[in-house]
Amino acid sequence: MLSYTIKRVMSLIPVLLGLSLIVFFMIRAIPGDPAQIILGQLATKEAVAELTKQLGLDQPWYIQYFTYLGGLLTGDLGESIKTKTAISQEIWPYLAATIELSVCAMAIAIFIGVNAGIISAWYQNSWFDYIAMVLALIGVSMPIFWLGLMEQWVFAINLDWLPTSGREEVRNPVESITNIYMIDTLLQGRMDQFWDVIKHLILPAFALATIPMAIIARITRSSMLEVMRSDFIRTARAKGLRMFWVVYKHSLKNAIIPVLTIIGLQSGLLLGGAILTETIFSWPGMGRYIYDAINARDYPVIQSGILVIAFIFVMINLVVDLLYAAIDPRIKYN
Amino acid sequence: MNKRKGFLWLVFALLLSLALIGCSKSEETDAPKETDSNKDGETGEVAEEPEETATGGTLVFGRGGDSTSLDPASTTEGEAFKVTVNLFETLINFGEQDTEIEAGLATEWDTSEDGLKHTLKLREGVKFHDGTDFNAEAVVFNFERWSAGNAEQFYYYNSQFGDKIDSVVAVDEYTVEFNLNTPIAPFYKNLAMSPFGIASPTAIETHGEKFQENPVGTGPFVFKEWKRNDRITIEKFADYWQEGLPKLDSVIFRSIPENSARLNALASGEVDLIDGVNFSDVPTIEGNPDLQVFERPTLNVAYLGLTNTRGPLQDKLVRQALNHAVDKTALIDAFYAGAADPAINPMPPVVAGYNDAVEDYAYDPEKAKELLKEAGYENGFEMELWAMPVPRPYMPDGQKVAEALQANFAAIGVKAEIVSYEWGTYLEKANNGEADTFLLGWTGDNGDADNFLYVLLDEDAIGSNNYTYYKNDEVHDLLLKAQASPDQAEREELYKQAQVIIKDDAPWIPLVHSRPILAGKAGISNFLPHPVGSDLLSGVELK
Repeated sequence: MLSYTIKRVMSLIPVLLGLSLIVFFMIRAIPGDPAQIILGQLATKEAVAELTKQLGLDQPWYIQYFTYLGGLLTGDLGESIKTKTAISQEIWPYLAATIELSVCAMAIAIFIGVNAGIISAWYQNSWFDYIAMVLALIGVSMPIFWLGLMEQWVFAINLDWLPTSGREEVRNPVESITNIYMIDTLLQGRMDQFWDVIKHLILPAFALATIPMAIIARITRSSMLEVMRSDFIRTARAKGLRMFWVVYKHSLKNAIIPVLTIIGLQSGLLLGGAILTETIFSWPGMGRYIYDAINARDYPVIQSGILVIAFIFVMINLVVDLLYAAIDPRIKYN
Repeated sequence: MNKRKGFLWLVFALLLSLALIGCSKSEETDAPKETDSNKDGETGEVAEEPEETATGGTLVFGRGGDSTSLDPASTTEGEAFKVTVNLFETLINFGEQDTEIEAGLATEWDTSEDGLKHTLKLREGVKFHDGTDFNAEAVVFNFERWSAGNAEQFYYYNSQFGDKIDSVVAVDEYTVEFNLNTPIAPFYKNLAMSPFGIASPTAIETHGEKFQENPVGTGPFVFKEWKRNDRITIEKFADYWQEGLPKLDSVIFRSIPENSARLNALASGEVDLIDGVNFSDVPTIEGNPDLQVFERPTLNVAYLGLTNTRGPLQDKLVRQALNHAVDKTALIDAFYAGAADPAINPMPPVVAGYNDAVEDYAYDPEKAKELLKEAGYENGFEMELWAMPVPRPYMPDGQKVAEALQANFAAIGVKAEIVSYEWGTYLEKANNGEADTFLLGWTGDNGDADNFLYVLLDEDAIGSNNYTYYKNDEVHDLLLKAQASPDQAEREELYKQAQVIIKDDAPWIPLVHSRPILAGKAGISNFLPHPVGSDLLSGVELK
């Protein structure tokens, strides 16, 4: 296990280097002179030359890359052109908002998805199975944009249970410490605000959870079906073990590997792909941060934003890989 | 088998009860929400102030985007001015709902005979939010700061004044003198524009480049907090020079990018006032007794640009034919819910110098076909029609408007292919003259004719806002003459002449002047939407 962990972590180095290279060249592959595009058509030649120099674009590419890499290693993500603030400083509130939302969404997706998948497999071809799988099919193909607006219409306007958008009641704002509001309100012992934050989370988290939930349910079901047909399960049942333990302990442990893979991949997608949810629920997260940067041609922000998301994605999948080994001792690094 | 079914029911019951618990919990927690505003008293920091003045309440304003900067001089973005107009004041004010000039931080003004010297008397006893005195020195400081910056830094200063201001002098503590190199006809209208809000010299010196996040002006509200992409909070300025204003204790500007989601937030009571309402949502809002609709007086024009340098469009007859082909009334009924008027000239009728005598090209497909025949395009031709990818107050849905125009053109045998790009690319390519015909529009900055005709159709503006590459020497002469003339009546006459020529040359199809829609709770009073698009909220009351 230890050698697997070490090897797996070591293998990250080329991955991360490759990642930084791709992001680096991706930005430079955009046609046109970034300095010119940033400043617009009316910019003077001097201004363009100055900005080119400021962005370091007058250097050869390998010098640019190593300067950039050196900066990254010391935690320097560059400076936003629009706000003239260090990105490492301004990125956290957006990232925190995204983490709060996607962790909640993933928790919902995993809890409901895995359980629905298990029950569907357990009672294969029952009405629960049919309904759950039809719902999963609908979920996978759900247009999030429409779903979000419908959620708002039903739960906020007609039933008046939940707020439509934002992270908090702005008339009674949360004082941010960590910018993860669930933690901030608990730290300050403001239970009223804690509930308020939870209420604001429910609709966007469900909207964001819909697709991964459906995918997880379907994968769990098919994986469980396969395992439950195997000999050791028959043996376990034959010796009189209670069905609950057969399913949740013996079968699930063997069926969970493909589910974990999907969870890892979907978590990454949630981080960067939440732009629609963030737009409908006006959630000030990373998706909109990067989207606005694209509109404003704020290249350093686009570059660092993508890099941070990709980095988290790699890390989540590292954890998933380590979990494989913890769950299934047969998995070795070779 | 029975056991199995029993378990399923158990699971179902469990899920149902979970769902119900979830709901009832949120209902329980609804109660504290109502009293949240009173609870502020407990949070310590904000404890004292609201108690004392807790009469006006908090207005939450939902809008489409976040500000780019809180320093009005440094930005051109409309969203930015919506906030800064409440923080900063200008020397001259616009009228409440028009662009006539009124006293602002200056109470009297006088122009020399040749139009080269303007003397302004300043209001006494005004203080900036940080306690600095407002006086002639402060005004000079601001103008020197703007003139020292380049066009990227202070775009509006450079486009409206730039080198035309020779010097700004403090004659005494409350008198400022502007010396110009050439007369600027809309001088006072320019001064009334939001970008020229006077900022505290002390704050600028303290914050330097970070002033755009720490704005200090003399306006009715004081800046409190900015959470990017989320909200901006401003609070009542206790020492504001106008007695009894502002009525509200604070205003929170929330960015809610999606139009329908913003309306949902209003309907559920999370926000009090929203802009950027879809025209198609107006009947729904009008049917809701808790809400009301506001119409912003028009100061815009939506048009289809006919790039004058491309293919058949080089021919004036073809451009006139296309003008005859468009049914503007149908457009207004279909996409503007009637909240728009057909555009005849390139500027709306409220602008001084508008020529009433100009007649529109009537909607007449037969006439259009004749003109095409005369131009040698009896069998029509093919062209691209660019559809704006983003909604704007003057263009709620570019794609659908483009489809309607496409059908209009098909009726006279012109085959238009609809094309669209990402917004930045769209503007860039159109500006390079790569579009045959393209949808675009303009909202006026100061209500002067110069701000429409010169900015959009003069040959000097090719490469900036003259996207159609329209070039007419006669128009150019008229516009330059009008720009420099200190005599308003003469200017209006010159602009009227220019509009006649422009109508005949038909560089555009002017489509509509829309009245952008806002909506708010029924309890809002004294909210007067301003034609330039940024609204002063000092008089607004909330019941």
